[in-house]
Amino acid sequence: MTELSLPARFEGVEMIQRVRIPARLAYEFTAGVATSRFLRQVVRKRLVGERCPVCTKVYVPPRGACPTCGVATAEQVELGHTGTITSYCIVNVAFYGQAMDLPYVSALVLLDGSDLPIMHLIGEVPYDEVHMGMRVEAVWEDGDEMEPTLEAIRYFRPTGEPDADPATYGEHV
Amino acid sequence: MGAERVAVVGVGQTKHDAVRGDVSIAGLVHEAAQRALDDAELDWADIDAVVIGKAPDFFEGVMMPELYLADALGAVGKPMFRVHTAGSVGGSTAIVASDLVAAGIHRRVLTVAFEVQSVSEAMWALSFPYPFQPPMHAGAGGYFAPHIRSYIRRSGAPDHIGILVALKDRRHALGNPYAHLHEPDITFESVRDSIMLWEPIRYSETCPSSDGACAMVLTDEAGGDAAAASGRAPAWVRGTAVRSEPTLAAGRDQVSPLAGRECAAAVYREAGITDPAAEIDAAEIYVPFSWFEPMWLENLGLCDVGDGWRLVDEGVTQLGGDLPVNCSGGVLSTNPIGASGMLRFAEAALQVRGAAGDHQVDGAQLALGHAYGGGSQFFAMWVVGAAKP
Repeated sequence: MTELSLPARFEGVEMIQRVRIPARLAYEFTAGVATSRFLRQVVRKRLVGERCPVCTKVYVPPRGACPTCGVATAEQVELGHTGTITSYCIVNVAFYGQAMDLPYVSALVLLDGSDLPIMHLIGEVPYDEVHMGMRVEAVWEDGDEMEPTLEAIRYFRPTGEPDADPATYGEHV
Repeated sequence: MGAERVAVVGVGQTKHDAVRGDVSIAGLVHEAAQRALDDAELDWADIDAVVIGKAPDFFEGVMMPELYLADALGAVGKPMFRVHTAGSVGGSTAIVASDLVAAGIHRRVLTVAFEVQSVSEAMWALSFPYPFQPPMHAGAGGYFAPHIRSYIRRSGAPDHIGILVALKDRRHALGNPYAHLHEPDITFESVRDSIMLWEPIRYSETCPSSDGACAMVLTDEAGGDAAAASGRAPAWVRGTAVRSEPTLAAGRDQVSPLAGRECAAAVYREAGITDPAAEIDAAEIYVPFSWFEPMWLENLGLCDVGDGWRLVDEGVTQLGGDLPVNCSGGVLSTNPIGASGMLRFAEAALQVRGAAGDHQVDGAQLALGHAYGGGSQFFAMWVVGAAKP
């Protein structure tokens, strides 16, 4: 075997131990029948959940089955665009890949008539005025930017109504 | 558990750190496994099968890493089993290993769990924009923070409880040479004044991102008896349980999930425990954000609902208290995600073997190891004892 030595031009060069290589996986993703029904309505600024025939809970977005009862959901339930904040957090750490001004509020919003809160952003209100029970409404993207995702809702903002009665959302806190 | 009694006769872990740049993934798991074998006074050839677990493969970007790690773990030509249960995986991996011995399928099983967070973006790995799902805007901390706020609302706990837990676990870590964080200068004020990352979670109330691995050697009753006869006390597995529940179910209690309550009840029942707070001498509980200590104390039935924070406030859960929790420093001081659950199980074993060094609970006879994962929908627990069941 021949003797190996480092070429002179590399002498004194700092050794690289790590390189950063963003990984990417591309998927064909099929939404499924129930979620497709929901997303086709979202681009029309309508929120349509589905009710479990056994426990009567309303899921939005629907995923085609009630995870508690294990049965298919079929009954469509059109919901309004308002809801109640059941809990939230004030975020002070920059979100990877997104440019949002800090701090911002990420909240669990229980849409009126539904039984499972969704996580979304709260806007048009100082972060330290957000609280449990606050009534909020969806602010939609402009029509030509509408995509069939929940991001079609830009954020939720306060409606100005009085706070919700804790009895109406207490089981979600 | 099956008919065969199961003993933990070897425990090994790596020095955990933010970046273990001195070893590859294979080197890291080998380091933990070799220490477990050395502790057990066994050799690679003595092992019948390997059970390995880690958090999602995308964290390191190595798909099915168990295939290439077989060589580093002496598993070539032997049965090897991979377990996936998100953050609880270290616990459920140990339980799979235990079950293989209890069922009489293998006599000696090496079980290993690891994570190399320095090559991943684990904090955001839960925040990918999955198509058609509600958006996540705030990472893992942002997912759990609203549930912590719910706990505070329900229990009326004062704000300083989260600070006390962080202070306690970081001080415990000073007695554990393997812990990632050693912060001798930490104070109540330094935790209190650290930045609010995800209010109500402060920076110093969150777990670090760690590289690390943990391993255990589990044997049948004959193996446990042999270890005891040679003066190396085994930890006897007294009960195991895993439970899960749907993440997105209407009416699900995210502060105290039903799966956690039922998992705890099952593991106590199997271990013959009727009064867990009185009978358990040491608990290693998966607490990635400080407020999860009082939340899990209640979920685990170690106190009444609403009283978890009082145990913290009164110092009951510190080393020297009536119910010491996370004497190793816990997840708050060391978090190689996939290994974090197994570290809880292994530290419980060290306690009842009397081998926990400077973080030993005097005379510990019975210890609980606990792990949870995902959006609090996976649970794994075991109870180990100094005495044979």
